[in-house]
Amino acid sequence: MITVALLILLLPLLSFAIQIFFRKFIESKNGEWISIGIQLTTLGLAFYLFAVMIGHYDPHFRIEENVTWFNLGNFSLEMGILIDNISVIMLLVVALISSLVHIYSTEYMKGDIRFSRYYGFLGIFTFSMNGIVLANNFFMIYVFWELVGLSSYLLIGHWWEKNSAADASKKAFITNRVGDIGMFMGLMIIMTVLGTLNYQGVYTGIASGEWEGGIGTLFGGANPHTLLTWAGILLFMGAVGKSAQFPLHIWLPDAMEGPTPVSALIHAATMVAAGVYLTVRIFPILTPDAMATVAFIGGVTAFYAATIAITQNDIKKVLAYSTVSQLGYMIMALGTGAYVAGFFHLITHAMFKAGLFLASGSVIHAMHHALHDIKDHDTDAQDMRNMGGLKSKMPYTYLIFIVASLSISGIPFFSGFLSKDAILAGSWAYASTAHEGWLASMHMAWILPFFGFGAAVITAFYMFRLIFMTFFGESKRPDIFEKMHESPKAMTVPLMILAALSLFFFYTIPSINPFSTHGWFSHVIENPGTVVNFGSTFNLEHFEHANHEAHMPAMILSLIVATLGIGFATLVYLLKKVSAESLASKLGVLYKGSFNKWYMDEFYINGIIRPFLKGCDAVALFDMEYYDHYLINGAGRNTKKVSSGVGVADDLIVDGAVNFSGYIFQWLGWSLKFIQTGRIQNYLIFALIGVVAVFLLNAF
Amino acid sequence: MGYIESYLALSAILFVLGLYTVSTRRNAVAILMGVELILNAANINFIAFSKFVTHSLDGHVVTIFVVMLAAAEAAVALAIVLNMYNNTGHINVDEANSLKQ
Repeated sequence: MITVALLILLLPLLSFAIQIFFRKFIESKNGEWISIGIQLTTLGLAFYLFAVMIGHYDPHFRIEENVTWFNLGNFSLEMGILIDNISVIMLLVVALISSLVHIYSTEYMKGDIRFSRYYGFLGIFTFSMNGIVLANNFFMIYVFWELVGLSSYLLIGHWWEKNSAADASKKAFITNRVGDIGMFMGLMIIMTVLGTLNYQGVYTGIASGEWEGGIGTLFGGANPHTLLTWAGILLFMGAVGKSAQFPLHIWLPDAMEGPTPVSALIHAATMVAAGVYLTVRIFPILTPDAMATVAFIGGVTAFYAATIAITQNDIKKVLAYSTVSQLGYMIMALGTGAYVAGFFHLITHAMFKAGLFLASGSVIHAMHHALHDIKDHDTDAQDMRNMGGLKSKMPYTYLIFIVASLSISGIPFFSGFLSKDAILAGSWAYASTAHEGWLASMHMAWILPFFGFGAAVITAFYMFRLIFMTFFGESKRPDIFEKMHESPKAMTVPLMILAALSLFFFYTIPSINPFSTHGWFSHVIENPGTVVNFGSTFNLEHFEHANHEAHMPAMILSLIVATLGIGFATLVYLLKKVSAESLASKLGVLYKGSFNKWYMDEFYINGIIRPFLKGCDAVALFDMEYYDHYLINGAGRNTKKVSSGVGVADDLIVDGAVNFSGYIFQWLGWSLKFIQTGRIQNYLIFALIGVVAVFLLNAF
Repeated sequence: MGYIESYLALSAILFVLGLYTVSTRRNAVAILMGVELILNAANINFIAFSKFVTHSLDGHVVTIFVVMLAAAEAAVALAIVLNMYNNTGHINVDEANSLKQ
C-alpha cells in the first residue's frame, strides 16, 4: 500500500522531468501522451487504493509509515505517508481531474509556444498536490504547500509575455505568502509545545494533557486554551491564503490569467481545496473560538464572493468568484462542526466546478478560433456580452453547463444539492445549539445560516445568468457566431465524465435516495469530534442532534432559495421581464460596489501597499540623508583621516626600521665584496689562515 | 721499524711544499703538481696511522682510493687546463678571473 502511495506521489514528478528535459522530442512527437500515460497510471493506482479502502469500509481505516528525515540534537523532523479514507478520496479526485485536464489540454493547448513546459508544470503540480494529501504531518504538508504555490505561480504565469499574467502570478504567490507566514507560526507554536507535528501525535498530545503540561513557562506561561485557539487560527491562516478566503481572496480571480484547464485543475478543484483539506486535518484541535473564527471567515467569504459574481461579465471571473464562494461554504461547514459536509462539498465541488471551468474553456476555445477566423484581435473571447445563443452551436458544452450549474445551485438529484444542503443544515444546527465560541457569545451565530442561504440564492442566480447570457437568446455578435463550432472529442469527453460525476448516486451508493447523503461516503468519513478536553469544547453529540433536527427545514429552505435564484435569473435574463440595466441603476451603489469587487483591490493598493511604499520611501530618505550621510559616510571620512595619520607613522617608524636593516646589509655586502678577488690562490690563503686561526684558538 | 713522528714529519714537509706550490705558482699545471703533493702527504699520513695506531689495512685501502682519485682528478683538471689554453692562449690562473665582479 505504501509503495502504491509512493508511486502515486512520484510518477507525476517523473512526468515533469521528462517534459522538461526532453522538450524538443516531446514537441515533435506528440510527447504529451507520455504525461497522459503516466497520469492515467496514477489514476489506476488511485483507483486501486480506493478499492482497498472501500474493501475495508471502515471509518478508522489508516496505514501510516514514518521515516526520520534528520535529527538535530533532541529535535527531529519526520516525513511520512498517511493513507486513510480522506487521503484516498482526495488522491482519487486529484488523479481523476488531473488526468482529465491532461487529456483536455491536448486540444486546448495545441500549438502553444511552451507546450511541454505546460505539461511539465501540470506534472509537478500533481506531484505536490499528492504530497499534501499523503503527508502525515504538518511540516510535510507545509513543504508541499509551498510547492503547489510554486506550480500555481508557474502556471498562472504561463503566458508571461502578457503583463496581466505576470502580475497575476506574482499577486497569487505573494498573497499566499501572507497566509503561509501565519501557518508557519502555528506550526512553530505546536512544535515548541508538543515537539511533534505528526497529526496523530498532535491529536493525542492535546487529548492527553501534554499540551497543558508542555506549555510551562513557554509563551509567557500562556493559558493553554487561548494558545491552542491561536495555534488553530494561525494554522487556518494558511488555508485562508490557499483557499482564497476573505480577506486574502484577491489573488484567485486574477489567477484566471492562466490557461483555462489550469484554472479548472488548480484554481477550482484541487489546489484551492488544499486549504479546506488542511482545515479538515486541524479540525480536531480547533477550540470553539477558533471554530467560530473559521466559520465566520467562511461565511463572509461565501456571501461576499457570491455578491461579486453577479455583476461580472468575464465568464471565467464569474466562475472564479463562484469558486471563492463555494470554498467559503466548505470552510464555514468545518467551522460550524459539519466536518463531513465540508469535506463532502470539497469533493462534489471539485467535480462540478472542474466541469464548469473546462466547459467555459470549451466556449473560450471556440470563441478564440472564431475570432481568429474573422481576424478580430481586439474582442475579449471571455466576455459573455459577446456570446449568446451558443446552445445550438455547442450542444454538448451547453448540456454540461446545465448539469454542473444545477449541481452547484443545489437542485435535487445532483451532488451539489446533497453537500450544500448538509452545509446549510450544519450552519443552522450550529446557530441553534452553539453556546461556545465568540460568535455565540456575541449572539451572532445566526449570521452563518443567513450568509449560507443568502449565498445559495445568489449562486443559483449568477450561474443561470451565466447560462442565459452565454447559451440563450440572440447572439450579440453574429459575425463570431457564424464561425463557432463544438470543441473536439478530447475536450468534450472529459467534460461529460465530470458532468456525470455531478450526479448524486456516485456519492450515496449503496443507498439511492436523492434527498439523503447517507451512503458509502457518509460511512467512511466520520466526524472525529474534538480532542480538546479542557476549557470550552465543541460538543459533537449536541451538534449531531441539532444537525438531525435542522436537516428538514434547511432542505426545504435551500430548495426554495435555489428555485428563487433560478427563477429570478430566468425573469431577468431569459424572459427579459425585468431589465438588468434598470435594476442595476436602481441598486446604484450596490451594483457599482459588486461590479468593482467591493473595491477590495483598491483597498489593498491604497490602504496597504501605497502607504507601505510611502513608508519605504521615507525610510529610504532617512537612510540616505541621515544614516548614510552622517553615520556610514561619516565613519568612512573619519577612518580615512585616522588612516592617513597612521600612514605617516608607518612611513617613518616601521618602514624606517625595515629600510634601515636593508641598508645595513647593503653596506655589509659592499664592504665584503672586496675579499672576492677571483684568484683561487687568494681563497686558499684565506682558508689556510682560517685553519691556522682555528688551531691557534684550540691551542690557547 | 722507526717512529711515527718521522713519517708525520715527511708528510708535513710534503704538505707544506704542496701548499706553497699551490698558493704561489701561476702556472695551472704546476698547481696541479702541488695538489698531487698534498694528496700524497695525506696518503703518507693514512699509512702511518694505519700502521702505528690502528694496526689495520683501512688506511691502505683509503690510500689506494686516493691514488685512483688523484688520477681521475688529474685527467679532469688537465682537460680543463687544455680547454683554458685553447680559449685564452695561456694557463695563468691569476688571469682566469672572469667570474670576479
